[in-house]
Amino acid sequence: MNMKNTTFLLLALLPLSALEVMAETAEEKGLAIAIEADKRDNGFGDSTADMIMELRNKQGDTSVREIRIKTLEVANDGDKALSIFDQPADVKGTAFLSFSHAIEPDEQWLYLPSLKRVKRINSKNKSGPFMGSEFAYEDIASQEVAKYTYKYLRDETLNGIDCYVIERYPAYEHSGYSRQLGWINKAEYRPEKIVFYDRKDSLLKTLTYSGYQQYLNQYWRPDQMVMENHQNEKSTLMKWRNYKFKTGLSDSDFNHNSLQRAK
Amino acid sequence: MKSLLCSALLLLAAHSSTPAAVEFSGNVSLQSRVFFNEPLDSRQHNHYPSFALEPEIYQQLDDQQRLTFAAFYRYDQHDEERRHADIRELAWLRVFDHWELTVGISKVFWGVTESQHLVDIINQTDQVENIDGEDKLGQPMIRFSTVQNWGIVDAFILPGFRERTFAGVEGRPRPGLIIDGDAASYESADKDNHIDYALRWFNSFDDIELGLSYFSGTGREPESFQLINNVLSPHYVLIEQAGIDLLAIIEDWTWKLEFITRKSSTQKYSAITGGFEYTLYGIADSQADLGIVIEYLYDDRDQLASTPFQNDLTTALRFALNDTQSTEILLGIISDLDDSIMASFIEASRRLGDDFKLTLEARAFSNTVAGRPLYDYRQDDFIQADLAWHF
Repeated sequence: MNMKNTTFLLLALLPLSALEVMAETAEEKGLAIAIEADKRDNGFGDSTADMIMELRNKQGDTSVREIRIKTLEVANDGDKALSIFDQPADVKGTAFLSFSHAIEPDEQWLYLPSLKRVKRINSKNKSGPFMGSEFAYEDIASQEVAKYTYKYLRDETLNGIDCYVIERYPAYEHSGYSRQLGWINKAEYRPEKIVFYDRKDSLLKTLTYSGYQQYLNQYWRPDQMVMENHQNEKSTLMKWRNYKFKTGLSDSDFNHNSLQRAK
Repeated sequence: MKSLLCSALLLLAAHSSTPAAVEFSGNVSLQSRVFFNEPLDSRQHNHYPSFALEPEIYQQLDDQQRLTFAAFYRYDQHDEERRHADIRELAWLRVFDHWELTVGISKVFWGVTESQHLVDIINQTDQVENIDGEDKLGQPMIRFSTVQNWGIVDAFILPGFRERTFAGVEGRPRPGLIIDGDAASYESADKDNHIDYALRWFNSFDDIELGLSYFSGTGREPESFQLINNVLSPHYVLIEQAGIDLLAIIEDWTWKLEFITRKSSTQKYSAITGGFEYTLYGIADSQADLGIVIEYLYDDRDQLASTPFQNDLTTALRFALNDTQSTEILLGIISDLDDSIMASFIEASRRLGDDFKLTLEARAFSNTVAGRPLYDYRQDDFIQADLAWHF
């Protein structure tokens, strides 16, 4: 898609502009950091993982969600993902297929096992909560460079880790955010913390990553992500288990038929 | 059908020694259905307690093969026809690179609209479960399915016909005259052993999805009823049906259309259901979504139509609270545009704790007219509570 072409163009132009003006703008530096982070995650091919979400309300009551996720990397576009719900018991067997795109709305289908029905989902809205959690659909969708515009703010040390602090602004329609503030690990170009501001630009949520593991000597994945909502005082702990890469998944594992037979 | 069952069971037995884990899941539910008005027939009641069991056993034999068994049983205190058991699924699935094969009893859904499912024809309706037509009986089948870049093709061989279920003497709601589902007659000399065929092509083009389908065999809907000793017996005839289902996403609108044309030796007709669903996200600064569903239903047999939906409009609101308990409320009215007959419904559900789900349902029939559909239901407004434990 155009996105990657633009990326290459920008990459090609960057050294030139650096030579000519010797100074990058904050926007250029922000974008360059995002491009580098994206580049370092390229080529993972496919992955499978188990996700456990613990939803916690203001009173401290918890509720658990268990989901298995298969992901296929798609060159020059957003990833394809198949999620199979195991908990809570009443949604066991429900499956969700999504073809994500950078700017165009994602294509999404939901399989309802009791009716054997595949329902196409209108995905124009990305700000809705994912399974009643504090994660919105847009938070868990595949992160493509072209989904945002960027601005580098400063360098900062976060819990002893040297980070770039960049601000990003959703470029797609119907986002629930005006902006996000990200702390990007300077050495590994992985996010350590993201702060979300709602459409009225009020502080909404903080996402903290921890327990990063490196897979195939390249790809970093966190064991744990905590999303705290400052407005409703609820939080969601998202734990990742059994990450496997290059498992041999292909397009044929991400279609209507594989959605219907997902177990 | 019996031989199919046997072969599926043999397969199950043959693989029972394999180490793959058997997964057991399902639900047990208690239901209470309460009617507000006195019944038309003194043999009917005002309160119908019942319970249902839906166990499912699933075994992955290897990467390409699996077995599924799903059963259903309901005990109803008053309606002996609703005291029924069914094998919803007992099937072996084999997956190949670009195609798959299902042999056994299974369920298949076709279509896109919400208010009725015209195109959906593989499985018989389990009408005694609910009059909304959403519950289906297991259908014996051999299904080949192939996924190609030009679409998905499903071909079905359907040996064995399932008779529609109808409320018994004490059952409610039910038509004024009792329908004896077991006393069915058939156009085909093979009766319920006639082998039916079906074919469907489906493809998704970004924001447009299109399905074309064809069915040849014994129609799932009785074409007529014969009155013998004050009891109606359904007559099932051979039909050919062609169907189109179409869905288009345009901004926040999801447009839906289903069209069928059906032909038997005595009649030929077409029917259509079409409309849209429009969703308002995050209403009133909350997490809740409000969907508005409007669908028009038309049947060119007009007043001779076997369904009440010959020129009707469905208007429904769907609230999804998007909360931890997945609370959802659907309320709607199906109104006849020729006269003022209305069928209203509310369906609401909410998870309780981790493993329980409470579902409430209410149906009301108003402005009914003698000799027109739903007149027999004029005393049958009801509310129903269903508490299910999922495991």
